[in-house]
Amino acid sequence: MSDCHSCEGCSVAVAPPPNAKGVRPHVVAIIGPPNSGKSTLFNRLTGLRQKVANFPGVTVEQRLGRARMPHLDREVILVDLPGVYSLNPRSEDEQVTNDVLQGTMPGLPKPDAVLLILDCTNLGRHLVLAAPILSLKLPTLVILNMADDLRSRGGQVDTAELASELGSPVALISASKGQGVEKVFQFMEGTAGGTTSLAAPKVELPVLQDIPRCRQWAHQVGAGAAYQAPAPPVWTRRLDAIFLHPVAGPLIFLLVVAGVFQTIFAGAKPLMDGLQDLITDSGLWIGNILPASIFRSLLVDGIWKGVGTVIVFLPQILLLFLFIGILEDSGYLARAALIADRTMAKFGLQGKSFIPLISAYACAVPAIMATRTIENKRDRLATILIAPFMTCSARLPIYTLIIAAFIPSHPLIGGLFGTQAASLLGLYVLGFAAAITTARVLKSSVLRSERVPFVLEMPPYRWPTLRSLGLRLVDRSKVFLRRAGTVILLVIVVLWVLESLPVKNGQPPPIEDSFAGMIGHAVEPAIKPLGFNWKIGIGLVSSIAAREVIVGTLGTIYGKEGDEKSKGLQQAVRGDLSPGGAIALLVFFAFAMQCMSTVAVVRRETGGWRWPAIQFAYMTFLAYLCAMITNQVVRSGIFT
Amino acid sequence: MLQMSVNRHSSSPRHRAPAAQTLAQLPQGQSGILDRLDLPDDIARRLMELGFLPGHVIVPARSAPGGEPRVYRVDGSEVALRRETASRILLRPPAKSVGRATEP
Repeated sequence: MSDCHSCEGCSVAVAPPPNAKGVRPHVVAIIGPPNSGKSTLFNRLTGLRQKVANFPGVTVEQRLGRARMPHLDREVILVDLPGVYSLNPRSEDEQVTNDVLQGTMPGLPKPDAVLLILDCTNLGRHLVLAAPILSLKLPTLVILNMADDLRSRGGQVDTAELASELGSPVALISASKGQGVEKVFQFMEGTAGGTTSLAAPKVELPVLQDIPRCRQWAHQVGAGAAYQAPAPPVWTRRLDAIFLHPVAGPLIFLLVVAGVFQTIFAGAKPLMDGLQDLITDSGLWIGNILPASIFRSLLVDGIWKGVGTVIVFLPQILLLFLFIGILEDSGYLARAALIADRTMAKFGLQGKSFIPLISAYACAVPAIMATRTIENKRDRLATILIAPFMTCSARLPIYTLIIAAFIPSHPLIGGLFGTQAASLLGLYVLGFAAAITTARVLKSSVLRSERVPFVLEMPPYRWPTLRSLGLRLVDRSKVFLRRAGTVILLVIVVLWVLESLPVKNGQPPPIEDSFAGMIGHAVEPAIKPLGFNWKIGIGLVSSIAAREVIVGTLGTIYGKEGDEKSKGLQQAVRGDLSPGGAIALLVFFAFAMQCMSTVAVVRRETGGWRWPAIQFAYMTFLAYLCAMITNQVVRSGIFT
Repeated sequence: MLQMSVNRHSSSPRHRAPAAQTLAQLPQGQSGILDRLDLPDDIARRLMELGFLPGHVIVPARSAPGGEPRVYRVDGSEVALRRETASRILLRPPAKSVGRATEP
């Protein structure tokens, strides 16, 4: 934080608070076109003091942050608005921006001041947004970001002259390096202290609806301020010559994807195993120091297990967010989207869907959160709806257990590959096939885009800063833990209650007599055609919390160690399930949306219950149907 | 006031045969001048906000493998479009573009 030197004591001495308590917070909106460095500035001004939610009723993310003023004892609330090129309300983003600036957004007071952030390496085009913003007549600071780039590439601008042309103060800054940020604080102190007055612009504002006129106005203003556009970004051209090379480009793309994959799976494995051991051991330790009681059982088998289920996935998800952050901040994400576009277009999707879908192989929750980079709402929705079909890591425990128990290990292709590995690969292919088929169906029916073209801005390459990556990591993890964590924890505790009640002679009942057992028996007739018995029924119910929970539940039911590598459990499952039922169980898990965290995140990202409900029903129906067909086909003995 | 981007026109080739009529036909590295966007109004406005304005110089740059989408340099930035969109963006005939490059 560049403002950390601001001591609490001197703020009173320099500017005594006008009326410290009971003053409504000073609200400042940050607005700018995409890729102008808006979020970097927001992070720079607020640090970790930010809150992410959705604007009411829409899927647009609302970021609020508190900025501490160095010399003023008044809280300033910053609102980070979505990146827009204009205020013509055509998209949801523009509608939200317009509503907030007009003061018609429910729950948010009209901003007292505006920070308009523009990329000064492309001032002509970015100044177009100044026209509608300045016409709002709110105190506005025009921030020219990327000052370091402008200078190093030989461009220049007279900020004093620009300020008098626009009638608003102008600050030349570099948000990523923190240069000039103190001018932004000075401006906010001025508006919060009521010392800023509006000046009339020297250049008359254009008619806002006429884009060519606005662009001409912007050019005229820039020329008046002696704006010299910088030379083209040499390094970006050089890097694009490599990354978009007809041969090298796709190869590098594949290497990047493989590298991300390898790190997410192989790299995160020791961390995840270590965490798992730590959680198991500490659970045992807590169990040992507490007297045996129903309370201990709730704490250890309920809450602690629930916490563990969430935390175990955190290393993988953090790594994933880190990678997405590096890809996005460096500018490579846009190139990857460009390279992937033609392939994705075949499935009715677009290039920007690629990285979220790849992420879904680790976990659908961060993948769905990563779809925010897709501006086209329909493409984004289609990506969200198919992401849970990708084989996420939570499916691996049950896959491993059933494959180890039912598929005999035979070497294939000269021992390079075994039948078991081939089965696992088959399940990955199955999920992927379901995803692309669904995408095609969606995009040719309900989600048909009315000729919304694929438009992708290519930002210059930049070094990602540790600060921005760190803040993003903290922010995304908070959202993940809040959305996924709370849901998983809640469901695990409810499951514990179902498995531990009704109490018999002060003891929890055998699982068959518990409420969970009753539910298992109750659903048995419905799942019998799939080849499942009541025990699998309990497992399916428990896996609603998270798919991997079923292995632990089956362990409890069969009285064996609840681990997919446990020989005892493999044997017990083999003795209890028919081959048809076992393969059907794999198919069921490939398709079913057995994951309440995903449901919760889809609800948040689509702004309502409609889409998660449709998605849950569709995936469950598909899982049921395909599992039933699988069971009947295997039972009929075609393959034996 | 009318010299919006006159200084960038020096690279515009005068002898181009056959002349590209749409952006999709313009070879990589050659510059053309935008004339008209034959697209629905809201899409045209979106592209205009990104710099695809009549009179602006546009240069096709690199593309994804297979030739599309292609990156276009226009008004100081780089924007990638699919061929279907680029083929609806019309260019000025070369004769008209010589010496008079901006909005009338």
